[in-house]
Amino acid sequence: MSEIGLGHYLTLGAVIFTIGIVGIFLNRKNIIVILMSIELILLAVNINLVSFSIFLGDLSGQIFTLFILTVAAAEAAIGLAIIVVYYRNSGTIRVEEIDELKG
Amino acid sequence: MIAHTIFFYIFSIIAVISAIMVTASKNTVHSVFFLILDFISISCLFIMIGAEFLGMIMLIVYVGAVAVLFLFVVMMLNVAQQKNQWFISKSSSNHIPIGLVISALIFFELIIVIGGWKYKPDLQNSNNFTSSNEITNTHSLGQVLYTDYIHIFQISGMILLIAMIGAIVLTFRQREGVKTQSYIKQISRERSEGVEVLEVASRKGVKIDE
Repeated sequence: MSEIGLGHYLTLGAVIFTIGIVGIFLNRKNIIVILMSIELILLAVNINLVSFSIFLGDLSGQIFTLFILTVAAAEAAIGLAIIVVYYRNSGTIRVEEIDELKG
Repeated sequence: MIAHTIFFYIFSIIAVISAIMVTASKNTVHSVFFLILDFISISCLFIMIGAEFLGMIMLIVYVGAVAVLFLFVVMMLNVAQQKNQWFISKSSSNHIPIGLVISALIFFELIIVIGGWKYKPDLQNSNNFTSSNEITNTHSLGQVLYTDYIHIFQISGMILLIAMIGAIVLTFRQREGVKTQSYIKQISRERSEGVEVLEVASRKGVKIDE
């Protein structure tokens, strides 16, 4: 077994990032799963920042991970509030039935 | 070092499988549970490589707050029991191959970047905030966070406040026909509208409701 280095952690981050992208593209269910995919993408970014910070011995990556954590929590709160309001108005949050903008 | 390798593979395999299950499972509640499992395994990885403060903070913030928020919303909106099949509608499923191709391209681009990555030899000497072995991770993070990054720290606090106000304003609604207490109305009530002194004649009584 080879020693676990920076490349292993970056590969793990890339895999989770790609799973998040696939989850956004292929979603046939409700919007909440899309929000969870966005959380996965932010998690992958956090993995990259923390592993660079540890392996290069620089603390700035962990500081920025803290701020990304803050913004992710705020984004989840606002997104879920918007979803609750939309469900109250239209009665559905399925992705294929939300077509009022004809996008 | 061999234990580090073994635990890295265990946690990362659990993380990848649960990330796949977040997007692939049909029940939304199961998706939230796999999201929690994913966050826990990634924070175990963080603790393992020496970023223990961030690992604990991720446990508190994500598992304790964000995932519970997701669970509340899923429970409130009654979407967990919807029968959701993949590729159910023929009309809107023509973007799925393009999505797969783009995802594969993104993955291979990232892998190419990781494989060909090489940093400058003097990068180790050019950093400002080195982590030393004498003080703990939390201590050194606090020394940097409250001095050099204090403005960004306070701005992130303002972002959280604005998110809280925004969520309250978005989901607040005024309902009709609900009896509530009005403090202004209570405080501004005068004696003259509340109490009335009547002259009551003897053995006759008085009619109040006229």
